[in-house]
Amino acid sequence: MMELLNNLAIGFGAALTVSNLMYCLVGVLLGTLIGVLPGIGPVATIAMLLPATFNLPPLPALIMLAGIYYGAQYGGSTTAILVNLPGESSSVVTALDGYQMARKGKAGTALAIAALGSFFAGCVATFLLAAAAPPMAKIALQFGAAEYFSLMVLGLIAAVVLAHGSVIKAVAMILLGLVLGLVGTDVNSGMARYSFGVPELIDGLNFVCIAMGMFGFAEVIKNLENTGEREVFTKEVHNLIPSKEDLKAAAPAILRGTVLGSFLGILPGGGAVLAAFSAYTLEKKIAKDPSTFGKGDIRGVAAPEAANNAAAQTSFIPLLTLGIPPNPVMAMMVGAMIIQGIQPGPQVMTERPELFWGMIASMWIGNLMLVVLNLPLIGMWIKLLRVPYRLLYPAILVFCCIGVYSLSNNPVDVYLTAFFGLLGYALVKLDCEPAPLLLGFILGPLMEENLRRAMLLSRGDPMTFLNRPLSATLLGISMLLLLIILAPSVRKKREEAFQEAD
Amino acid sequence: MIKIRNPRDFWAGVIFLVIGVGAAVVGSDYPMGTGGRMGAGYFPMVLSVLLSILGFAIMASGFATDGPPVDKFALRPLFFVLLGVVIFGILAKVLGLAISIVALVMVTAYGGHEFRWKEALMAGIVLAIFCVVVFIYGLKLPFPAWPAFLSA
Repeated sequence: MMELLNNLAIGFGAALTVSNLMYCLVGVLLGTLIGVLPGIGPVATIAMLLPATFNLPPLPALIMLAGIYYGAQYGGSTTAILVNLPGESSSVVTALDGYQMARKGKAGTALAIAALGSFFAGCVATFLLAAAAPPMAKIALQFGAAEYFSLMVLGLIAAVVLAHGSVIKAVAMILLGLVLGLVGTDVNSGMARYSFGVPELIDGLNFVCIAMGMFGFAEVIKNLENTGEREVFTKEVHNLIPSKEDLKAAAPAILRGTVLGSFLGILPGGGAVLAAFSAYTLEKKIAKDPSTFGKGDIRGVAAPEAANNAAAQTSFIPLLTLGIPPNPVMAMMVGAMIIQGIQPGPQVMTERPELFWGMIASMWIGNLMLVVLNLPLIGMWIKLLRVPYRLLYPAILVFCCIGVYSLSNNPVDVYLTAFFGLLGYALVKLDCEPAPLLLGFILGPLMEENLRRAMLLSRGDPMTFLNRPLSATLLGISMLLLLIILAPSVRKKREEAFQEAD
Repeated sequence: MIKIRNPRDFWAGVIFLVIGVGAAVVGSDYPMGTGGRMGAGYFPMVLSVLLSILGFAIMASGFATDGPPVDKFALRPLFFVLLGVVIFGILAKVLGLAISIVALVMVTAYGGHEFRWKEALMAGIVLAIFCVVVFIYGLKLPFPAWPAFLSA
């Protein structure tokens, strides 16, 4: 306990400088701004704003990126409640009851509950992160190459299990991501692979190009398919302070959402979206009268909002302790850390304590800023929502292009992004989700390196993965997961669950 | 002639299969090494073979299962968005950020449902000014703001 307080003191010491507070503020504001806009998710948001952090030192850069992430999360629910168009996929369920509340004239209450629920969940999850990280990192430091490889296999398989749609397509998408990760110089032999004589490819594909193309461009093009005009809730939002009854109804839901979300955030492949869906389902299951859900039940806003924010925070645990991103957003964070010269993993905590704890402390500060700033700023966000999409998307594309171009000041990255936009659009049309691909791409080089090292140590004996108990357990769980999900009865249930979600 | 009953599976499988086989063919030039000492070609070969197998299986399920047709591609936004992006890439170094942004906005806006050229031009100019101020004067990104021949 003392150690925890000590660590948090280091963190707050690092985060509470004027300039770091500024970056945190800028991050949450930019994140909210883009999160409010429908049709551009957190992955594309981070990709878009990443170049703005290139010239910063590591801590402010990571503080700002983390702020962008939970800011985007937060902005997404504002849109969900006011326009019935979730700004993020994790706010899809918030729209169900939130929008109905808004139509009943309780938009203010819904927004306030969403904000307070998120803040409470954020506090709990941040504390959990601070408490769980050191022991996790201690275990992780004992991992050998074989364990790491098996852990990554488990992470990728779990991501498939929790992804939408067909399992086999998701596995294929992971493999495609792994193959794309091969492009560039092989670290061991120095040989250029799949570079086709293009000098820009010798350094490998940049993850920003893939993320921006598949999540940014493809999403914009997809949005342009629908002609439908958005119905903005034009009435002024007032009554931001929820009544006592509302609070009383919402408080237990917030608590349950926080617990569930914190847990689901840690799981590989989990994260905010799954947490929100599960929390909503749970509330509906345990409610005495489930028929009020979907008609403006405050619990339907409180629980998923708490859950998605809790999960957003706890998903940093596997990233910061194991160096393994559990979802695409965290994959973006890995990329950002590598650009800053930090290899994510258990050693970050011991070697750069101020960075590690500073980032955690900043998350709490950022959450506080969101509550304090955003409720008064809601009027501004509503105005932003009234900007027609035909003006919005060229602006989004401009920022995307500038971001990609400035990666290495080279137009080739822009062309590559356009290519991945095309590929991503086509794959989505064929029911292939892009998220597993991005995870595979980020983990690919790490997997190859650990595979090589493990096999070198065992002198080419693949049984090493099964002889080592920890590695065997991890692989066993992966197999089990795959078998379970391929079992016909589970498969049907899973499809139903996702159907309900859509 | 066997009928494609699940076109979404079929075409997704084709994409995976083509990329998998392509990666295997290109990767066959890389030294394999042995299990204990893997060469540059070992991991790529494993991956591309697995991807090809899965691609084939997904393609095959396009004949064996029933599924909805592939939705129409929104060709107009697809074409103009990507065209605008590529034009931006070509122009940025030569004509500078400001003009490239206006071009990008005009071309991509043309891909939308209603195109009003005056409005798009205005939006482009406003964005160009904003970006030059923020990114070049503010964040000091190494872009030329104006055409190279003007600043020379």
